[in-house]
Amino acid sequence: MSVGSPPKMAPGVGPPLWLLLELTYRCPLHCVFCYNPTDFAAVGAELPASEWIRVLREARALGAVQLGLSGGEPLARDDLEPIVAEAHALGFYVNLITSGVGMTEERIGALKHAGLDHIQLSFQDSTRELNDFLSSTRTFELKAKVAELIRRYDYPMVLNVVLHRLNIDHVGEILAMAERMGAQYVELANTQYYGWAWLNRAHLLPSRAQLARAEEVTRAFRERLGAKMQIYFVVPDYFETRPKACMNGLGTVFLAIAPDGMALPCHAARMLPGLEFPNVREHDVRSIWYDSAAFNHFRGEAWMKEPCRSCPERQRDFGGCRCQAYLLTGDAANADPVCDLSPHHHLVTAAVAEAERGGAAGASALLFRDHRISIAVEPGRGAPSAR
Amino acid sequence: MSGVSAAARPAIAHGMRLQWEPAQEAHVLLYPEGMVKLNGSAGAIMSRCDGVRTVADIVADLERTYGAADLTADVAAFVELALERRWLELRE
Ligand code: SF4
Ligand code: SF4
Repeated sequence: MSVGSPPKMAPGVGPPLWLLLELTYRCPLHCVFCYNPTDFAAVGAELPASEWIRVLREARALGAVQLGLSGGEPLARDDLEPIVAEAHALGFYVNLITSGVGMTEERIGALKHAGLDHIQLSFQDSTRELNDFLSSTRTFELKAKVAELIRRYDYPMVLNVVLHRLNIDHVGEILAMAERMGAQYVELANTQYYGWAWLNRAHLLPSRAQLARAEEVTRAFRERLGAKMQIYFVVPDYFETRPKACMNGLGTVFLAIAPDGMALPCHAARMLPGLEFPNVREHDVRSIWYDSAAFNHFRGEAWMKEPCRSCPERQRDFGGCRCQAYLLTGDAANADPVCDLSPHHHLVTAAVAEAERGGAAGASALLFRDHRISIAVEPGRGAPSAR
Repeated sequence: MSGVSAAARPAIAHGMRLQWEPAQEAHVLLYPEGMVKLNGSAGAIMSRCDGVRTVADIVADLERTYGAADLTADVAAFVELALERRWLELRE
């Protein structure tokens, strides 16, 4: 019997079932793959808790039910607890996405009491930090401590590790550590090339051989641990020939609110040119979701160009990721160049070929996410070398 | 007909939450970073899985509520599937 399905958009526009609040872009870490905008330093003041709470009420009234609280590092806000409490009271399922930096016994107790449902602990290694971590130094101790708190407060242990060229060869060590920590779920997410990862792409894109080895190691762990520790391995889409159905199509189920109140159909979409994304300081969530030009722009198929416009697969992947199309081709309405039907597919294969030849050799320096650099970089596309 | 005994007491699995969502006009099962929208019969069964009632109690309640007969096999099959997917767990 067919019993359930992932929520799909009804004919017409359905509600924003998934709400992501990026509470702050502040973060004590400096990840080279950080998904925050490269010009985050230029983003305006953070919303106060009272505004976040209004957003929660308005979104819940529309039908939003899954809530992600992220950043930056959401624990950098000392008013996280009242925001969680309100979300819980409204009936959201509340997920906290954190690096663990700033988590204490006092705070996890308060968050539990406020009704937090789930904590995803992510390992944000810069290479330096990874080394610390693999050699059981400072970072390892911090993560292990937070993992212990997560267990003690009866949360499922969900670990997220972003993989890239500089750490993918350590997948075995990473999984062994996850096993020691008693993780129930481990997400090995290959880097997606937006934000800081885009600037650092030449350093981060792995070779096929690295990828194959990592998949092999993952398979062996799966075989040994079975359901005890479930491992998700998210393949980097540059190695595929069809794009992912990004966000199930922009503006269909997902709504992100940036720290300054800007409403976005994907947390990376701020970079898309020509769209005036509305701000929750000025508009209510209902009119933003249903009526704003920016949210309606990429709904349906009218925006599509060839080859997507007449492609029989357009209902399946919606032409892929708009941000990736923009970053690689300069036009967000083009097919995602991951697709081998795209006339720009060679841009992806060229980047992969460069990674095969050894990646960053001769490329610009690896940029750590950093406030000073953020002030200096141009907003928009920036420039990896293999364009 | 199945591995689920009539005396078993199914409950919503740890870390999951079942709730009625008016916007989706459905029972929705919520879990870490995911959700499943249940159809009518799945919602009717799951919403009775409180760890107190047995499968037999749930069958009897459903038969009474919906004026149906012989739901035992359907309910057992669903409970088995939901256990497999870790939507439900059994209480002693
Ligand atoms: S990716 Fe790293 S630097 Fe960026 S917000 Fe997350 S923890 Fe901070
Ligand atoms: S041409 Fe466009 S719609 Fe067709 S498979 Fe490629 S990206 Fe998807």
